Amino acid sequence: MRYLPHTDEDVRQMLATIGVESVEDLFVEVPEAIRLDRPLDLPPALSEAELMRELDRLAMQNASLNCWTSFLGAGAYNHFIPAVVDHLASRSEFYTAYTPYQPEISQGTLQAIFEYQTLVCQLTGMEVANASMYDGASATAEAALMAVRATRRKRLLISDGLHPEYRQTVAAYCRYLGLELVGLPLDSSGQTDLQALDDALDDRTAAVIVGYPNFYGVIEPLAAMAGPVHARKAMLVSATAEGIALGLLKSPGECGADIAVGEGQSFGLPVSYGGPGVGFFAARKKAVRSLPGRLVGETVDNRGQRGFVLTLSTREQHIRREKATSNICSNQGLCALMVTIYLSLMGKQGIREVAEHNLAKAAYARERIAELPGFNLPHSAPIFNEFVVECPMPAAELLARLEREGILGGVDLGRFDPAMSNRLLICVTEQNRREDIDRLVAGLKGGTA
Amino acid sequence: MSRVGTRGLVLNENLIFEVSTPGRRGYSLPELDVPPASLPDGLVRDEVEGFPELSEVDVVRHFTRLSTWNYGVDSGFYPLGSCTMKYNPKVNEVACRRPGLADLHPMTPDHLSQGALELMYQLQQGLAEVSGFSAVTLQPAAGAHGELAGMLMIRAWHESRGGGRTRVLIPDTAHGTNPATAALCGFEVVPIASSDRGVLTPEVVREHMDDSVAGLMVTNPNTLGLFETHIREICDIVHQGGGLVYCDGANLNALMGIARPGDMGIDVMHFNLHKTFSTPHGGGGPGAGAVGVAKCLEPFLPAPVVVKTDEGYRLDADRPQSIGRLRSFNGNFGVMIRAWAYLRSMGGDGLKRVSELAVLNANYIRARLEETFHLPYRQRSLHEVVFSDRQLGGDCHTLDLAKRLIDYGYHPPTIYFPLVVHGAIMIEPTETESKQVLDEFCDAMLAIARESEENPDLLHEAPRCTRTGRLDETRAARQPCLCWGPSE
Repeated sequence: MRYLPHTDEDVRQMLATIGVESVEDLFVEVPEAIRLDRPLDLPPALSEAELMRELDRLAMQNASLNCWTSFLGAGAYNHFIPAVVDHLASRSEFYTAYTPYQPEISQGTLQAIFEYQTLVCQLTGMEVANASMYDGASATAEAALMAVRATRRKRLLISDGLHPEYRQTVAAYCRYLGLELVGLPLDSSGQTDLQALDDALDDRTAAVIVGYPNFYGVIEPLAAMAGPVHARKAMLVSATAEGIALGLLKSPGECGADIAVGEGQSFGLPVSYGGPGVGFFAARKKAVRSLPGRLVGETVDNRGQRGFVLTLSTREQHIRREKATSNICSNQGLCALMVTIYLSLMGKQGIREVAEHNLAKAAYARERIAELPGFNLPHSAPIFNEFVVECPMPAAELLARLEREGILGGVDLGRFDPAMSNRLLICVTEQNRREDIDRLVAGLKGGTA
Repeated sequence: MSRVGTRGLVLNENLIFEVSTPGRRGYSLPELDVPPASLPDGLVRDEVEGFPELSEVDVVRHFTRLSTWNYGVDSGFYPLGSCTMKYNPKVNEVACRRPGLADLHPMTPDHLSQGALELMYQLQQGLAEVSGFSAVTLQPAAGAHGELAGMLMIRAWHESRGGGRTRVLIPDTAHGTNPATAALCGFEVVPIASSDRGVLTPEVVREHMDDSVAGLMVTNPNTLGLFETHIREICDIVHQGGGLVYCDGANLNALMGIARPGDMGIDVMHFNLHKTFSTPHGGGGPGAGAVGVAKCLEPFLPAPVVVKTDEGYRLDADRPQSIGRLRSFNGNFGVMIRAWAYLRSMGGDGLKRVSELAVLNANYIRARLEETFHLPYRQRSLHEVVFSDRQLGGDCHTLDLAKRLIDYGYHPPTIYFPLVVHGAIMIEPTETESKQVLDEFCDAMLAIARESEENPDLLHEAPRCTRTGRLDETRAARQPCLCWGPSE
């Protein structure tokens, strides 16, 4: 019990001060009838050395990115993380702090969040951003709810190209709110069908939600969607699972999006089996008072110095209670800090350059795979670092073959839709060397490089 | 008396955008080993306007300096009530960064993620044992997210039986997220009052229970730090009336190994893994809000759920009655690893000792301060104790006391919550603080009470020893400035 400082003598003195005989006596308000009358049935406590050994036993049963060549993406991305990111975020003044309710002793967290909000605005081309949300999927659901509040309409058009787990999350959040969720099909290029969008838009539509890039890696024609959406006074929501794309693509703000959300894991966070990630959320200035989540604002102290505080919390659960616009309580403060550090290191040039590397590597892989007999590229629209391949056999069989070569070859799309069981979603990042890509191509072909 | 807080080396630091210098770079990339590629015109942006340009050392100094303006559990005592800020074991930090865990991709097939799935399964089982529930989901990303999962399951259960119940009873001692969560599930909130003894009575629940009530949301121990003595009877009343009971499990730190919510009749509860199970909160997260459920709610758990089969562990997404999915992938796995490491470090006896000492510490603080500070509820406290500012002198209020504590080197307790106590001061010491720390803290509280009589300006003008003085929160809200701009 190395985390418990009490000696027997401490306990004796404390009980004497309280005026009770034993620790048991402190629980008088817990009725006997509901007391646990046996010890908890848990494995015995482990020493630190035993704990690490058990952890390593578990870790070794996983096909990690450290030991395998991976082309997995689909919402979680393998990017290089500079040593500085974890080193600084590991300063315990950052990670052992709570929500900054006492601003005078939380300026480190508060200023970093203010910087994070600014970086998100710059990246998305928006005017306000919150202090982060749980992940890209829940941020998308919150964006849907915000659009419903802002427009007082009850219909949401959701592109079939939005990440399927994002779509499921939006559906779960909206399940009992009397909203209508309508899917928008993709056309043969892999983009949301603009004609279908036009047909589906009406005066009841609160928002159109589209992946940017979409789940299949395709870059959606966001700017072309904004006109018809705004003509119906609906809101355009872009959801970006691969944040690095925004280093190169026209920003959602520039394309006319009203809300830009997404996942920030690509910016310095490990994939960590899917979490924690960090949801970013940005919008136009006029929406500031209906934004969900936490906000940090600049102000001054009683000595005239610049400082930062949590602000506009009257929108929040702890003040308005049942009138609250969202139940979100914590944010992903530490993850937002990691994003802030990563983006500060990469800076103006770095974010562009790493995006260009992703684009080039994926383009190379895509071209090589397209040359293989029996393999096709079903989507003709431009892609960023991820793309779909139509295979001459079930994707599962190809993946099993690649596994024997130590390669995680991509995501079997049959997992989301049995009709796509011959399709693979392949992601290539700056972490994949040319020889890795050549091995993938050779493995798909049936031989070795 | 020792004074922890002293004036140290306080380095000034501008915003990262203000220390930027055009042309500097803080990164390196390998040489591009494939031909460059380009996108069609019209899809590509200009450079990201406003992004900073810095060397690595610029970035390191910037964030190192910022960190020194923060107070964390490792800096000192952090008695935030209902937030359970306990010591965060360092081995947990090593654990979650381990190769094989931090670098495991969530789309890795189950047969190549057996270690991660076994860890999740063990954590599910461990939490179920601690809480007395039949199943646990690890998917929700935070406490309030777990509440949402729990209340969606209650709603789905009612819908599966014909629906029609639209109201939820919520006591005035509940956490602030509870009413917001109920509203998000399409429920109407019915506030109910706790008794003058600070707990919920069977009578008031019976009075409100009818065919329109879907259930009750209760926090136990509640936000006054009191055990809901009648919980079993209250659960029976709700069940007999056709409803279910949700418990906010934020205060589970008081009960581990002592009593189990599942055994009390609770149907669904969230765990704050970042509170009870010692994950650092990181200035606002990440946390994790696992949810335990009674048998009747199992079919409604968010998908996927980790199951154990003869062939190994598997993520089961084939759950037709599931409420669906509340986020992408498998939840905050990094937080689960820390909670698992904590559970395995403590064992069953250790967890029970945690709760005993957390309660001992709270009652010790209460005993040392109750002569001087007004104690609105006199029942035996569990892991936290709530005072009010009624006995402070010199027109000093809770906020002044809190700010003065900073000068003494302490993070202030939770203030002005729960709302049922005017000027509430809510202290939760947790089990990881020693008698010496508690004594020094109590001495500081008593000294400040004296100061409020003798020299109240010391309180009104506090804090004095921090980098920033009291901040103008009204101005921040009236003229929101949420983003840096080069012109400002």
